[in-house]
Amino acid sequence: MLGTGEVRRGLAAGGASLAAIGGLVTLPTGALLALAPASSAGTLFDSYTLSLLRFTLLQATLSTLLSVALALPVALALARRAAFPGRIWILRLMAVPMGLPVLIGALGLIGIFGRQGLVNRLLAIAGVDHPVNIYGLSGILLAHVFFNLPLACRLMLAGLERVPAEDWRLAASLGLGRLSLLRHVELPALARVLPGAAGLIFMLCATSFTLVLVLGGGPAATTLEVAIYQSLRFDFDPARAVALSLLQIALTGLVLAVLSRLPAAEGSRGEGRIPRRFDGEGFGSRIMDTLAILLATLFLVLPLGAIAAAGLKADLLRLISLPAFHQALLTSLAIALTAGLLSLLTASGILTAQAAIADRRHPSPVLRVFGRALSALSSLVLLVPPVVLGTGWFLLIRPHADVARVAPLLIAAINMLMALPFVMRVLAPAFESHRLRTTRLAASLNVTGLARLRLVDAPILARPMLMALSFAMALSLGDLGAVALFGSQDLVTLPWLVYSRLGSYRTQDADGLALLLGLLCLALTALGTAGQRRQP
Amino acid sequence: MTAQPKQTALATENLAAVELDGVRLALGDIRFAFDGRIPAGRITAVTGPSGSGKSTLLNLIAGFEMPDAGRVRLAGQDVTRLHPGARPLSLVFQDHNLFAHLDLFTNIGLGVHPALKLTGEDRTRISAALQRVGLAGYEGRKPGTLSGGERQRAAFARALVRQRPLLLLDEPFAALDPGLRLAMADLLSGLHQETGASIVLVTHDPGEVMRLADEVIYLSTGKILFHGDRHAFCAQTAHPEISKFVASS
Repeated sequence: MLGTGEVRRGLAAGGASLAAIGGLVTLPTGALLALAPASSAGTLFDSYTLSLLRFTLLQATLSTLLSVALALPVALALARRAAFPGRIWILRLMAVPMGLPVLIGALGLIGIFGRQGLVNRLLAIAGVDHPVNIYGLSGILLAHVFFNLPLACRLMLAGLERVPAEDWRLAASLGLGRLSLLRHVELPALARVLPGAAGLIFMLCATSFTLVLVLGGGPAATTLEVAIYQSLRFDFDPARAVALSLLQIALTGLVLAVLSRLPAAEGSRGEGRIPRRFDGEGFGSRIMDTLAILLATLFLVLPLGAIAAAGLKADLLRLISLPAFHQALLTSLAIALTAGLLSLLTASGILTAQAAIADRRHPSPVLRVFGRALSALSSLVLLVPPVVLGTGWFLLIRPHADVARVAPLLIAAINMLMALPFVMRVLAPAFESHRLRTTRLAASLNVTGLARLRLVDAPILARPMLMALSFAMALSLGDLGAVALFGSQDLVTLPWLVYSRLGSYRTQDADGLALLLGLLCLALTALGTAGQRRQP
Repeated sequence: MTAQPKQTALATENLAAVELDGVRLALGDIRFAFDGRIPAGRITAVTGPSGSGKSTLLNLIAGFEMPDAGRVRLAGQDVTRLHPGARPLSLVFQDHNLFAHLDLFTNIGLGVHPALKLTGEDRTRISAALQRVGLAGYEGRKPGTLSGGERQRAAFARALVRQRPLLLLDEPFAALDPGLRLAMADLLSGLHQETGASIVLVTHDPGEVMRLADEVIYLSTGKILFHGDRHAFCAQTAHPEISKFVASS
């Protein structure tokens, strides 16, 4: 029950969000379509493009299968072992790759699995003369598993923890064995989350940019995303970039269409109340579970440790005092803050408009369409990956203005779009519960407008807004995709600085900077997720 | 089916506190139809089985629902299209009557001025109202530190300082223990005697109807089955449903 002014303002805010996102996404997409050369059909299906497409799908499929298959025993073991020592810390560790900039994770993996890494040195000592290769397909798979195994594990664990306590009791009283339990209780529970989880991971891997950029290489191990970047940045072949971008949009569109038909994998808490289990008492079962959990933990901890160890070897004090570092830090923070604030603004606009529409008992058809468009926005954002967006904007602006001049704003806008789904996930429940609790009361007391904002909304919503902001900033700070297209000597962000130091073989500098950036992003992510558990 | 409203002496003399004139509303499968005059200066209980439309009737008076057809008048003024905050009335809900993050003084102050522009006299009145409902010195307390009964008392204190001619109560005691309900009912009749405001009380509790109401509106599936004074309500024999309700008190 909102006042007419409140409804009007809410709808206007939603309209502005819709226009902003729509413009940011559709303008460059339109530009891509308009610029598609007549010969693009030929480019689209030449053998090089086909091999790119084949590799993109191959690595995404294998990454998904490996992540899910390897996460399965870990999730089963963690669900079975509620009292495993340090279980809560293992679960928190599994949230770390989500907040870690992808580039930093890649550096950690190189530290462990690279040519000079721990694993290959151990293998050499053991006399194995086939070292693990971190570059190429194997490296990309390894890295994708590093980032997505924890995600799959958390989603599956959440599915298992939703099995009611009565089921475990019943299974125990019937004396179900290991396999029967798996077949009749555990797998059905997992089947509810698996399709969604696998779809999500496939989507992430199919559009993965940074990992393939760092670990891939050569035509044999390049994905569409990276090929778009290379054709624009190195070959300066806009026609090819356009054709590849359109192919990428078609691919993500297809994946999204399939994803929308799968049940969503929700609830990645994995820290809820754990029902008592009666199985897994045997010695062999204990050993196997412990092994699964320890191996997974080690797989996550080692690269993180490598980042810390390598970073600490660098002369951190000198790095901190470098003007290049100051400049990059300021640029990164300015872009991240802009992106974060813009995503907050956009998300609030969407949510207030949705509330204004929900307030109507009989919304007009126009309003209903508007409401549906607002809910479809987050998918629209996913449809066009950052590199494609950047390509579109690049081609759109280049004839009219100096791209370098608007580059920071573009990067911030692209980062804003990337952060939007996450910001919405934090803000939507907070806005909704606040609305349910206060709308009637505020309306009955006629507390509206600025007074309402100051006395009722701000005190309650400030906290989730801050959380969403720090989450969005962490995403933007760690992003290499957008800056890779627009970065130059005049525009260097922290990840770009790390990447270029890496390229110029000043790896010790890169290690030190990576540690600093990683800590910054993890701190912001921790801030951004800290309050989520406490929300009702 | 609607029984002819029994005109009371007060209602014929004064303007009705609430007048529902051909009010119609369809929500889901239920079609609500309300006609009638709620007399000024008295306590009118709205009762009936769950789903009969008690809260919907209150929401129509308060402005949380817009009728599909018909007019709602308060003391003769047509308020049908008026926002809830602009209607000359006060509300007490079953719960969520207070903003959880604001202290009692601010919560009550918001009832005086929605942007919290308070005069010295307002402040004195707020403290006096808190004292009247038995919460003297509770100005700085947050709702979370109070019991359910104390929170409802604070809501009453706010209704007191607002000095609106009409007070709508939606199951205000339903979340409280039986013993506490009696004490709150006493407080409510005390406040009614002091202020002379018209009170509309939604309740499903026959005992509360008997204790507090001068008039009774009994609803059944979205329509007014009976509207008249309490004694007539208790004495009626036309509707077995109502006789059963009365007998259970």
